[in-house]
Amino acid sequence: MSPKAVEHAIADRRPIEISPRVHWIGALDPDIRTFDVILKTANGTSYNAYVVRGSEGVAIVDTVKEEFADDFFARLEAVATYDEIRAIVINHLEPDHTGALPELMQRAPQARLYISFQAQLMLKALLKRENLEFTPVDTGDRVDLGDRSLEFLHTPYLHWPDTQCTYLREEEILFSGDVFGCHFCDPRLFNDTCGDFRFSFEYYYAHIMRPFREYVLRALALIEPLPLQVIAPAHGPILRDRPTAYVGRYRELAAPRLKREIFPGEKTLLIFYISSYGNTARMAEAIYAAAQEIEGVRASLYDLTGGETNSFADLLEEADGLVLGSPTINGDAVKPIWDLLSSLTVIDMKGKLGAAFGSFGWSGEAVRMIEDRLRGLKLRVPLQGVRLKLIPTPEEIEECRQFGRSLGEELMGRRANRVIDMSELLSSNS
Amino acid sequence: MAKATVTFADIGVTVTVPAGTRIIEISEKVGAGITYGCREGDCGTCIMKVVEGWDNLTEPSVLEGKVLRDNYAGKHHRLACQAQVLGGDIAVKPA
Repeated sequence: MSPKAVEHAIADRRPIEISPRVHWIGALDPDIRTFDVILKTANGTSYNAYVVRGSEGVAIVDTVKEEFADDFFARLEAVATYDEIRAIVINHLEPDHTGALPELMQRAPQARLYISFQAQLMLKALLKRENLEFTPVDTGDRVDLGDRSLEFLHTPYLHWPDTQCTYLREEEILFSGDVFGCHFCDPRLFNDTCGDFRFSFEYYYAHIMRPFREYVLRALALIEPLPLQVIAPAHGPILRDRPTAYVGRYRELAAPRLKREIFPGEKTLLIFYISSYGNTARMAEAIYAAAQEIEGVRASLYDLTGGETNSFADLLEEADGLVLGSPTINGDAVKPIWDLLSSLTVIDMKGKLGAAFGSFGWSGEAVRMIEDRLRGLKLRVPLQGVRLKLIPTPEEIEECRQFGRSLGEELMGRRANRVIDMSELLSSNS
Repeated sequence: MAKATVTFADIGVTVTVPAGTRIIEISEKVGAGITYGCREGDCGTCIMKVVEGWDNLTEPSVLEGKVLRDNYAGKHHRLACQAQVLGGDIAVKPA
């Protein structure tokens, strides 16, 4: 079909052929500008759903957002009847892909529902129905449609725990769910005929997939060996021209940006501070110098006022430890600290070493607040941070140095085992 | 009240606790790397490995067992938000 014919067919609510046995039956949503609160889109999005026809039955892969169900059913009815449907595959249970599922299950009651095994509890929460019949599937499981078959790839956390991909081996088509997708609405539908969506593709990765980088790498290990003619994602253009280039781009995005100049056995500790009168800065310098004395520690010191939050977040993705120094102003840590911390939700910080410190004038709440936020970001915070009132004395600078040394030893796994009583723990955190 | 110890192997800290304490009550305060999601035994985020003293924790409930299975948890894994200390010595680390 020509791009113009595709546009007309979509406007007429007709299905779009990807191959003689595979059709797109999704919906376009050109007016949406903010998706899931956190994502922007400059020209809307699409909810992609697909029909696969085998010699012994039809499978539906994903559905659409509820308000677009009429489009979905009109396209579906043009290419299959409900009694032919043997399988409904949901690659991801979020409502933009399952809005038409309850109605579809009513219209095709004989169809078996296939979801990832990690989607089971979510399905019950989503449909609010007891006695649901479905088959949980894992990597290697298959659904036989006669001369076509669907194989499942367990690709969790891309970007929910339940996400999976489905592979049509006979045609080398990967129904990838949100992986390789983007919020880009174009009625020409295919990557070789639609407008330039590269920034949408990268933006989607950065906001949706990047927090789960380790899982992206695991999914790529499953996807890269597959021969691919087409990648059919759940949002955005269908990738039929050089689909493996998009797989390769994910590999690049998930890999470190620059090779780190860090040697085996070394670990990196990044110390960020912001200071109103130079007191928190002096603490930072003492912590930095002392941490650097510990063998294997490669410490770096940054004044938060001298850089962009996003660049710092990039550094932190690769770091082993993060230390934040902030004064307390109006009972709170200062905004650049919160800006940096909020930017870290898009990267995987789990298990890294975290710590905080700061000088204050009256009350000094900032340090404990930062520590709580670091724990919320899933860092470990084994050392209680140093809080000093106004100008540090030489003894207090020594306390900062000791803190820096302890952080360095902790980072290198060289701290002796400590034994503490729970009551001590409860009182020290008050 | 009977005393027990819980060692967080990832950070090298041992905490003396009264019997009945849940791991979730201490792991965050001590700065261990076990992380939490729903905190009510549903999401599986806080799966931890019990390195030592498996029998010194309460038995997993039927619901916890299901969440562990759904998340493909290995042998000797528990939900830190559910596991309660019975006594003796226990060592845990993030899964």
